[in-house]
Amino acid sequence: MEEINSLMHGFAVALTPMNLGLMMVGIVLGVLIGVLPGLGGANGVAILLPLTFAMGNTPAGQVSAIILLSCIYWGALFGGAITSILFNIPGEPWSVATTFDGYPMAQQGKAGEALTAAFTSSFVGAFIAVLMITFLAPLVAKFALRFGPPEFFAVYLLTFCSFVGMTKSPPMKTVAAMMLGFALAAVGLDTVTGQLRLTFGFTELLKGFDFLIAVIGLFGIGEILLTIEEGLDFKGMTGKMKMKVVIETWKQLPKYWKTSLRSSLIGCWMGITPGGATPASFMGYGVAKKFSPNGASFGKGDIEGVIAPETAAHAAGTSALLPMLTLGIPGSPTAAVLLGGLLVWGLQPGPMLFEEKKDFVWGLIASMYLGNIAGLIVVLTTVPFFAAILRIPFSIIAPVILVICAIGAFTVHSSMFDVWLMVVFGVIGYVFKKLDYPLAPLVLALVLGDRAEDAFRQSMLSSQGTVTIFFSNALVGSITTLALLMLFWGPLSSLIKRIRG
Amino acid sequence: MHKSGPTQNRLSQFRRTLLAGAIAASIGLGISAPSLAWEPTKSVEFVVPAGTGGGADQMARFIQGVVTKHNLMKQSLIVVNKSGGAGAEGFLDVKGAVKDPHKIIITLSNLFTTPLATGIPFNWKDLTPVQMLALDQFVLWVNAETPYKTAKEYTTAVKAAGPSKFKMGGTGSKQEDQIITVAIEKLTGDKFIYIPYKGGGEVAVQLVGKHVDSTVNNPIEAVEQWRAGKLRPLCVFDDKVMPYNAKVTATQSWADIPTCKSQGMDVDYQMLRGIFMPGGVTKDQVAFYVDLFKKIQATPDWKEFMEKGAFDPTSLTGDEFVKWLTKEELRHQSLMAEAGFLAKK
Repeated sequence: MEEINSLMHGFAVALTPMNLGLMMVGIVLGVLIGVLPGLGGANGVAILLPLTFAMGNTPAGQVSAIILLSCIYWGALFGGAITSILFNIPGEPWSVATTFDGYPMAQQGKAGEALTAAFTSSFVGAFIAVLMITFLAPLVAKFALRFGPPEFFAVYLLTFCSFVGMTKSPPMKTVAAMMLGFALAAVGLDTVTGQLRLTFGFTELLKGFDFLIAVIGLFGIGEILLTIEEGLDFKGMTGKMKMKVVIETWKQLPKYWKTSLRSSLIGCWMGITPGGATPASFMGYGVAKKFSPNGASFGKGDIEGVIAPETAAHAAGTSALLPMLTLGIPGSPTAAVLLGGLLVWGLQPGPMLFEEKKDFVWGLIASMYLGNIAGLIVVLTTVPFFAAILRIPFSIIAPVILVICAIGAFTVHSSMFDVWLMVVFGVIGYVFKKLDYPLAPLVLALVLGDRAEDAFRQSMLSSQGTVTIFFSNALVGSITTLALLMLFWGPLSSLIKRIRG
Repeated sequence: MHKSGPTQNRLSQFRRTLLAGAIAASIGLGISAPSLAWEPTKSVEFVVPAGTGGGADQMARFIQGVVTKHNLMKQSLIVVNKSGGAGAEGFLDVKGAVKDPHKIIITLSNLFTTPLATGIPFNWKDLTPVQMLALDQFVLWVNAETPYKTAKEYTTAVKAAGPSKFKMGGTGSKQEDQIITVAIEKLTGDKFIYIPYKGGGEVAVQLVGKHVDSTVNNPIEAVEQWRAGKLRPLCVFDDKVMPYNAKVTATQSWADIPTCKSQGMDVDYQMLRGIFMPGGVTKDQVAFYVDLFKKIQATPDWKEFMEKGAFDPTSLTGDEFVKWLTKEELRHQSLMAEAGFLAKK
């Protein structure tokens, strides 16, 4: 096995005391960055990128530099789950689905379990993705090339449809929320015509609505408003502060191996195509809900509802590095910044990287194994401390969260306008919850709406307006069909039941 | 529409006071330091009016790396992407920062095309031109598995197929890639379907996957796919061939790519990679950055970067740069008017 030999060589490159030290530093920094909403992995890596320029002069230094940066990335991925579970504030788009069951669990006093499940499944997802990168890299890179605009649109359609078809809320409410999200996503420059849309002459609207600001407002501020209305509770929650919770949760986890496996596969596939971690997490959640025997309890604090999106998101986040290395297209903003780093060190990502810089590539892959193990150890030891945050009374923690949210919203573009925007989104979030409209479809549409629109219109341009392009080959045809099936799953399954019964 | 105007003015006033103090101090103390009358007193924001990973972003992050590596500045240089509205966000940000010497911006052709296409209230004259760093070339690329060996063969095939059969992929809409596409159409009578994507790297990959038939990618966006034997360059949109003789693939160098003019397509288009400051800055402040970029251009790293991306290393400053900008603005105006890309008034 050539891959095993290369990988062993990679371990030899990566396993130096210096690199192990950098790994730990990177993970801790990354977790801190992930916890602060608004900072995010991409910004964190960008800020620390200059530190590595001096390291990149030698081939060994290049490996150390990428280990430091990618460990910050892993750390931020782990850290993103913490605020989603504790405060219902997702720090990254792919953490949104984690809030569905993670936050209810925390409110029931099971924050420790939720965090342990989230971290462990992150690790499992990432690990399976790294295994795939190790053995299937060349094959996988070829598969990604088959994705043109129609294929991309079909994937986004599948994400949207599976959401409408599987959600608990009335489908029409889901569609309404999604439409609002699409409208918000349309603000700013239109890629296809090069014209500004819905900006009404306000220069602040040129850049469109940033996902992070919307999410901090909708989830974070909205949640605080709701809690205030329910009456200020001066007691903190009682949370266990023992390491035992980790072991106990681990005992439960193996039962859910089917969900983990399914989510890993969804994640790897979405990461490679590259649909990205966000659709992966939503699809992982939706599919788990459909197939799990406990599907009905999803959204009320089911541990499986944490495992499914986290596993998928991390499998996707990790496998998204593959298209960056082999094709030079970054699958995520963080990957884009890493790409910048590679260029400064004199490494050009692309099909030749695997041929010409074997040491670097296999060193990086080996560091993915090691970095994730190191990351799991670091975050698990901190579970009791993070869970203990919830024991602080709401009257103290709420102002702190508000301040952190405001700082987070401000840092995204260093703009005061965004802070006000966050407040507006907070009110929208509150109203949505009062009227029992789901927030997730709005967020999903805001994140993926304009990419889906671009892909659709690019497809229409190249087919000169014929919709059959979405059935023009086996790949795109099967994804589109699957999407339509998902959309009409509810009516279809009840029809089948009626025919049988 | 500048809601943040007053705050910024107050801030920059504050900065000016600080600066005045700093300058006074440095004059008082450091008469022995002969070269510079002004130096940054805090970190400098380096605005990129484009997304992460694109050509301008790569160059900005590379410059940041060179400055750190060779210790060319006491303060740090921080790259900030402001890509909203095809770069309008970045341009308006720098336009609003009048007299702020701690902000510079790297530009691409959207310096001209974005205001013309969208009608946003911005013109390059709102900024202070510092230096042209290089010109970026455009190359006509096809997939290496197609039979077209020359640009002539390709355009003949496009013509033979009839209108709207061949797909040209490019970055953005009504920007440089589409301007070149329209120019080709004017000269050859071909008609492409132009498909806009968000970034140059994505465009190159779409060509490798055969989702489009050709692109006009910059060299640096497509070079790795060329080296891997996936793409084939047909011609360069310049009046002379590129000067780099080192072999990029086993058999070819950048200098082996013929000009499009020699292939019967007289299209000559390069993209500006230049540095600007906000309006109202002093001569000394501009001089600092001119000097800084001179030092950057003297490093071996920069020369290597120029060759890797097959840039035209023409570098202009001062009046010559202004003259070049004036001429290019007129050219873009007429190119875009011909193509029907101007914003409706």
